[in-house]
Amino acid sequence: MNIHEHQAKDLFRDAGLPVPEGKVAFTVDEALAAYDHFGGVVAVKAQVHVGGRGKAGGVKIAKNADEVKAAAESIIGLDIKGHVVERLYIEQGSDIAKEAYLAVILDRSEKSVGFIASAEGGMDIEEVAESNPDAILRFGCDTKVFPEAEARKAAEVLFGGEGVEATLKVMHQLFDLFLEKDCTQAEINPLVLTGSGDVIVLDGKMNFDDNALMRHPDVLELRDMNEEDENEILAGEKGLAFISLDGDIGCMVNGAGLAMATLDMIHMHGGEPANFLDVGGSSNPDKVVEAFKLILSNPKVSAVLINIFGGITRCDDIAKGILTAFDQMDITVPMVVRLTGTNAEEGKKMLEGSSLIPASTFGEAVTKAIELGKGSAA
Amino acid sequence: MSILIDESTKVIVQGITGRDGSFHTGQMVDYGTQIVGGVTPGKGGQEVHGKPVFNSVKEAVAETGANASVIYVPAKFAKGAVLEATEAGVPLIICITEGVPVLDMVDVYREVQSAGLRLIGPNCPGLISPGKSKIGIMPGNIHKPGRVGVISRSGTLTYEIVYALTSMGIGQSTCVGIGGDPIVGTSPRDLLPLFEADDDTDAIIVVGEIGGDEEERTAELISKQINKPVFAYIVGRSAPEGRTMGHAGAIVSGSAGTAQSKIEAFNAAGVPVADTIDQIAEMVKEKLG
Repeated sequence: MNIHEHQAKDLFRDAGLPVPEGKVAFTVDEALAAYDHFGGVVAVKAQVHVGGRGKAGGVKIAKNADEVKAAAESIIGLDIKGHVVERLYIEQGSDIAKEAYLAVILDRSEKSVGFIASAEGGMDIEEVAESNPDAILRFGCDTKVFPEAEARKAAEVLFGGEGVEATLKVMHQLFDLFLEKDCTQAEINPLVLTGSGDVIVLDGKMNFDDNALMRHPDVLELRDMNEEDENEILAGEKGLAFISLDGDIGCMVNGAGLAMATLDMIHMHGGEPANFLDVGGSSNPDKVVEAFKLILSNPKVSAVLINIFGGITRCDDIAKGILTAFDQMDITVPMVVRLTGTNAEEGKKMLEGSSLIPASTFGEAVTKAIELGKGSAA
Repeated sequence: MSILIDESTKVIVQGITGRDGSFHTGQMVDYGTQIVGGVTPGKGGQEVHGKPVFNSVKEAVAETGANASVIYVPAKFAKGAVLEATEAGVPLIICITEGVPVLDMVDVYREVQSAGLRLIGPNCPGLISPGKSKIGIMPGNIHKPGRVGVISRSGTLTYEIVYALTSMGIGQSTCVGIGGDPIVGTSPRDLLPLFEADDDTDAIIVVGEIGGDEEERTAELISKQINKPVFAYIVGRSAPEGRTMGHAGAIVSGSAGTAQSKIEAFNAAGVPVADTIDQIAEMVKEKLG
């Protein structure tokens, strides 16, 4: 799960990190009210769950109320990579002497917690990794012990020997926050050394492990539904992994790997999938009903491909769900079904006499769905 | 032979009294797996499918001599369950549970490693040495004893491949589902040398997916250490960037973790990469004759 910059900064502030003061604004008037509070120079920043805000015109510096008004007007409603800006963060300006990069991440390669630090701050770290990989310091640790020696070395490099103790403190605090909130990433870019020698967090980003949200109700409250696809939110509530795509072949598959393989296979046969959907590792028939509702709520869907290989998900439960969905819904698009694996025979028997179109192999199921989709769309 | 498990492996089931634990215990018993008991705290003394239930792993191991444990507990208890098996010194721990917090796994991985034990999973279907023992949730009937090793990050996708192999008359020595999470206990790099050393394995299939760099590292290891033929299949070629494709670990981040990068790495290591499930089975058949 992602959160907005201003939310990350609230968490940073609570954790003791040095963060400039700021206020959230949803309207131009609120932006002006925030400016009244701060005065001087402020940054007007778009709050969206996507990087590259600055380049897209989503971050502006304003020195008076007129400039704040103009900035707010231009940024609210701005489309940044498909994310429409609905909220702003008005932040007190900072006197930037030097910029650096600091992040604590989940390092899946090393199966550890990892630090990434660079004296080249304020830029996309992936770009730095390309253009100047030597400028990036990486070191790892477990969840128990802060890597004091390596962190100190990095802190000495970040601002050329200035602000070492303050930087080290930021590293400690960021590490603790990362662990406390079950993050997969806690990034500060840039970490700034001010003209007066203070170290402050100018921009922050946090990503959380979805699997750990169960123990962080405070983090869950920060979720901004406007940043997410409506169907994907619904799917999440029903315990389904669902991603909206651009094509017309609806897919219901059990198992993420098989679902990915199904999308690949549809592409390979010249079709376009309408969605990714993994009905998951349980065998709850209600889930199947919900899965159908999600797939069929997309008017572009011209055919549905149900690809089930039974392991922990029993095919008879899937069949029960399919039949229940049929009873509850007015289904007009062709549905191609393939069931194999645990309790497959029981499942197939249950579906006999329905209008479902059976397929015995993966390849046959995919080509049938694409063909029938063409017929149904025409 | 086979790797990791065979007919002599004695298995306990953690979470044996739960819906999934109980159902799959029955399936494993029916397959012929030597299930020697189960563990559910507070339910010691009961029986499930005729197998004794114990209150702790330690007690279960002491009473039964189990040398493997399979875990079917809810995600929030998974870390505790693996650590309990680790403390009891169970050499092979298989965690089926999906949705385990990844930082729990950072901790667990270290504990298991320092104890010199092996963890498979989490978020995996388990492993099977066909005709000998199955530990996990895969449908046993699609497997056939034989000489192909299978390593996979995905459950159902592995079943598809095994089904295709079996349909062509090609059996399997051992199939290991390593799990779809960003951090898992055992990687293909840990398993390939075991298959290389196994006299009854002639070829190995590696099934990968988008996310991370495990496949790239695997390709490197293959080019240096593995002489048996290896075949690969990678899914998620059409996955959008930045989206988690069901498995917590299946995500393309920026330019990292793409299917293309993995396919290129395998190609560079001389490992043929199949485009479809049927094709990988055909490749193996052609090679083995």
